[in-house]
Amino acid sequence: MIPAAFDYHAPESLSDALALLDQHGEDAKVLAGGMSLLPMLKIRLAQVGHLVDIGRIPGLEYAKEEGGFLKIGAATKEAALERSDLIRSKYPILLDTAAVIADPLVRNRATVGGNLAHGDPANDHPATMLALGASVVVRGPKGERAIPVDQFFRGLFTTALASNEILTEIRIPVPPARSGGAYLKLERKVGDFATAGAAAQVTLGAGGAIEKAGIGLTNAGPTPIKAVEAEKFLAGKRPDDQTLQEAGRLAARAASPSPDRRGAADYKREMARVLTVRALKAAIRRAGGPS
Amino acid sequence: MGSEIPIAVTVNGVRHQRSVEPRLLLSDFLRHDLQLTGTHVGCEHGVCGVCTVLLDGEAVRSCLMFAVQADGGEILTVEGLATGNGDDLHPLQRAFRDAHALQCGFCTPGLLMTLVPFLREHPNPGDPEIREALSGNLCRCTGYQNIVEAVKAAARP
Repeated sequence: MIPAAFDYHAPESLSDALALLDQHGEDAKVLAGGMSLLPMLKIRLAQVGHLVDIGRIPGLEYAKEEGGFLKIGAATKEAALERSDLIRSKYPILLDTAAVIADPLVRNRATVGGNLAHGDPANDHPATMLALGASVVVRGPKGERAIPVDQFFRGLFTTALASNEILTEIRIPVPPARSGGAYLKLERKVGDFATAGAAAQVTLGAGGAIEKAGIGLTNAGPTPIKAVEAEKFLAGKRPDDQTLQEAGRLAARAASPSPDRRGAADYKREMARVLTVRALKAAIRRAGGPS
Repeated sequence: MGSEIPIAVTVNGVRHQRSVEPRLLLSDFLRHDLQLTGTHVGCEHGVCGVCTVLLDGEAVRSCLMFAVQADGGEILTVEGLATGNGDDLHPLQRAFRDAHALQCGFCTPGLLMTLVPFLREHPNPGDPEIREALSGNLCRCTGYQNIVEAVKAAARP
């Protein structure tokens, strides 16, 4: 399988990359890890005139806490996230997520920014970033802007990124004390996209009630889904089983999955419910609450 | 469109300079341009893992990369594992032979290239770690059991 011909550019600075994108407009596409883009080019689902490889631009691979945010460079590899001491010790929800993306070989090349910028509702980071209340930092010819992740996904493979912009960083507010999160994915086999997936992030109050909850769903509709009703329902409630089950039902109601070889729509919605409840329980446990 | 680009890569310690079309896959570059056919091509869309090579020490699927992306890089293919004119097998290759970790052998180059860096990072791995490590490589003959045994044998010779 050979992609259609294209011109290749390997800029060594962000400003050069942006100039190329601005010059070629819709005819150009950013290449990061290429783990989604290459298969699409090969089966000719995508065709580009100009490929702008950002893999040689220094300074886009990091994970650090700074100014109240966990900042992840867009070109950070999933494998690097898995190895990061900061992620392993403080952000198990991100470790959960990275560890179930495709397979180890893909994770050596795949980038966190690419996982989001691809705009695929079947990708795993979007749900987690929705639960965490993350923003993406985007650089364009007119400078930098931050887009909350819940406003980033516009449709199937469509995001708020303009054709002359590059996603450069993911910013996650450092969770307060007594917070925890988890991501769970149901997949038929390693490397498959999710039949269903749920991310949950909770912060517990002093009395043990849920102060704040974030819930994101994978592959449950044309875009990644933030289960807003379920999040609102949980605020201020004690995390007993009945409450979590109701949150699961509300989250499933936000899902509108399509039937395919992974299952019927009803089955996927039910799995979204079950995984939401389990992810909430794991998140609460990690926040130091009752298990 | 698609004008050729000069690249230089070091493969198994030998430096090669070529001019390539941007759409040329690294796997095809290795097999056709450099005649290194030990790297196999199977599914061609990032599932089977038979095309795995090391790029700057990390296991990557060479069918999911363009050769131009590897410009300036250091590549190790299965041909580079054995030493002494190919007679002196790599310990992992010996373990594969001794533990019957292959039947048809089509997946073997990819498995070896996936597992060489894995063993470097996990000198004493357990079964679940080994199975996770080879989860991106398909084998249709062995049922994987003897591959797991070979990895353990190579780790504890």
